[in-house]
Amino acid sequence: MTVMTDPPRGSFRLSMLINDTRYRSMTFQAIALLMLIIAIAYLANNLLTNLAAQGLNIAYDFLGDPAGYDINQRLVEYNSQSSHARASLVGILNTLLVAFLACITATFFGVIAGVLRLSNNWLVARLMSFYVEIFRNIPVLIWIIIIFTIMTAVMPAPRAFRGDEPDATMLLGAFAFTNRGVYIPAPIWGPGSIVVVLTFLASVVGVIAYRRYATNLLYATGKLLPTGWPSLAIFFLPTILMFFIMGRPISLDYPELGGFNFRGGIQIGAPLIALWFALSIYTGAFIAENVRAGIQAVSKGQTEAASALGLRPNRVMNLVVLPQALRVIIPPLISQYLNITKNSSLAIAVGYADITATLGGITLNQTGRAIECVLLLMLFYLTISLSISAVMNVYNKSVALKER
Amino acid sequence: MSDTHEHSVSFVRTESIAERDPPYAASGPVKWMRDNLFATPANSVLTLVSLYFIYLILTATLPWILNGLWNTSSLAECRQVLDGAVGACFSVLTERWNQLLFGFQYPNELYWRPTLALVLFFVAAAPVLFFDLPRKLLIFTALYPFIAYYLIWGGALAVPFVALGGCIAGGFIYQRFVAGSFALGFFGGVVAALVFWYVGGMLIPENANGTAMMTAVPSRDLGGFMLNMMLGVTCVSLSIPLGIALALGRQSSMPLIKWICVVFIEFIRGVPLITLLFVASVMLAYFFPPESQVDLFLRVVIMITMFSAAYIAEVIRGGLAALPKGQYEAADSLGLDYPQAMRLIILPQALKISIPGIVNVAVGLFKDTTLVSVISMFDLVGMIRGPILASTEWNGVYWELLGFAALLFFVVCYGISQYSQWLERRLATDHR
Repeated sequence: MTVMTDPPRGSFRLSMLINDTRYRSMTFQAIALLMLIIAIAYLANNLLTNLAAQGLNIAYDFLGDPAGYDINQRLVEYNSQSSHARASLVGILNTLLVAFLACITATFFGVIAGVLRLSNNWLVARLMSFYVEIFRNIPVLIWIIIIFTIMTAVMPAPRAFRGDEPDATMLLGAFAFTNRGVYIPAPIWGPGSIVVVLTFLASVVGVIAYRRYATNLLYATGKLLPTGWPSLAIFFLPTILMFFIMGRPISLDYPELGGFNFRGGIQIGAPLIALWFALSIYTGAFIAENVRAGIQAVSKGQTEAASALGLRPNRVMNLVVLPQALRVIIPPLISQYLNITKNSSLAIAVGYADITATLGGITLNQTGRAIECVLLLMLFYLTISLSISAVMNVYNKSVALKER
Repeated sequence: MSDTHEHSVSFVRTESIAERDPPYAASGPVKWMRDNLFATPANSVLTLVSLYFIYLILTATLPWILNGLWNTSSLAECRQVLDGAVGACFSVLTERWNQLLFGFQYPNELYWRPTLALVLFFVAAAPVLFFDLPRKLLIFTALYPFIAYYLIWGGALAVPFVALGGCIAGGFIYQRFVAGSFALGFFGGVVAALVFWYVGGMLIPENANGTAMMTAVPSRDLGGFMLNMMLGVTCVSLSIPLGIALALGRQSSMPLIKWICVVFIEFIRGVPLITLLFVASVMLAYFFPPESQVDLFLRVVIMITMFSAAYIAEVIRGGLAALPKGQYEAADSLGLDYPQAMRLIILPQALKISIPGIVNVAVGLFKDTTLVSVISMFDLVGMIRGPILASTEWNGVYWELLGFAALLFFVVCYGISQYSQWLERRLATDHR
């Protein structure tokens, strides 16, 4: 008879570090940690040696020095005596501005193109695939340059608007498209305009409250209130009434030709327009594909089941198809927004003063603080990206299919 | 039989009448147009608007293209010949053709070298792209990087030979030891290659480039579309292995490895490529040893490779996550260790799923190589915006040049995406 014995429980041997799965991962991690530390130490040592050789150091006090350059397109007060930090703030706001504008218009283009690409109309569907393919396969930098060239080389100069029979005229007498940018009327907030604005905000709240009330009533009693016309009425009427009651406090300042340029109104510079429009149509092509995929992802059975339950076509769309399609569309849509924000850094190619052009461009070149500027620049984009992905993760969790 | 019906007229037709064509509006092009273009009033309006739109575009571009001039020497001469008529000045393309393709500093008499490298590139890429070709061709693919390096940069023949020798030494060690342990084979191979390169590098004489058979061309002389192609091809091919390693690292059960990979990937994906190119142009030099002179091309390649590796890692991670858990468990129950399971079971399937995503990243990356013009490298866009548009002859020829650049990128990118769709159909093993 043989006796089963446990294998001898040997004490710890060095070879177990490699051969025993209990210790092997520890060994590998220790090696990885060691290599990481060595690599970082090596790079840091090189960095310090190189900096010392050139008599440089890492310091951020240059941000307080006067910047000494002008920025045309700005949302906050800034002049050439302001500090580099202030110039960076102008840049950050400009980045956010163009990203925000481009997100809205890109969604608009993308949704329209995506829906039309599924159209029964052969010609329209072909035209939209053509749009999507053209824009997805050509670098966005080339599109930005093309549109910037249209804005600066094709649009008439302000002096073309001069004279009795000018070569160019203003659109509706209010919008002027020139090679220096587009001039649009600016609102003038007179006394009492605050009341109008407050009324408008209150009516927006009112619309939401009314719709919620209608839904609750529907669920509680089954009574269906009309929502379309009342919403429109609540949205517009009080504001218009208040506008006239207060004696029309808000007026428009139209751009006018004076001297060699337009005066008054708001000037939207050619770089901003080029960047905004190029990012919109470029990203719009990508969003169109997302929208198409989202709509096609909802199976036909869902539409048919909804019809079988007796829902009308627009209710089928609103209650059955759209909620399911949006679940598929929104995550890639948000990452497209992220792409827009990152691609807005191409502003430097057309001279739009975003954060890359101010902090990473002129400030870097003037102060020679390459490492500090690039690190700050990366920090800014990282903050934006990580916060957007955090929002996206929360959303994904909330819409994820609840499975067993 | 009675003869009641003898004189009655037969009312059943004895022969069939000829088939009639369907109504005019229910077949052929008319029906197609009714169904597809004018189904509803709204549809008809859309069709008419689209037709008008197409008409506008064609009337704007066709005369311009058809009237184009191909052989004048400057924009002024173009305008003189056209004499006010609408027409493109394509002569800028013919006159500056070599500059657009090779940059303005690459020596004229050496243009045959990059051209030959491009032709050989198609030969080298063919067996990778099309599986039906004989597998022996892959040997040429493996040799291609060294041949292409020698053709484009020239210089001492010893450089590509030492590089190749190191790879062969590493591969030999790997083959020798991989049966025992993957880790031993892999790291042994890497060490062997490094040692070979180090020793070989010391053997190459200092002034080897001066006496070389092929004239050496420094990296800063590269330019034009060649630069875009080189950056695209090099960075994509380098970033696929790196991306696989990062994706596996991110899935690893070892927390330290996992966190290194997560931080790297999220950091790279969180910043725009332009900031990474800034790093390459102004910052990366600080991290190299003081006496080393790493040229801008190599620094840009490093940063773009890291950039695309992070994106490819995410694509491959998706592929790994999409595999059914049973595949992992099956590999474990067969007694395969981690490297074997990955090499033989998991990665072949995961990579197949990831192909469309990888191609997307590759196309995006190829488009993004135009960004190097921002850090004053003269790629295609940099050439157009810099030397060509700034020259006195061609100042103002925007549309011909930008249109040409757009067309070039469109052809390449559209070609790649069509190939990817073909490959997807080809690799589909599910029965649908």
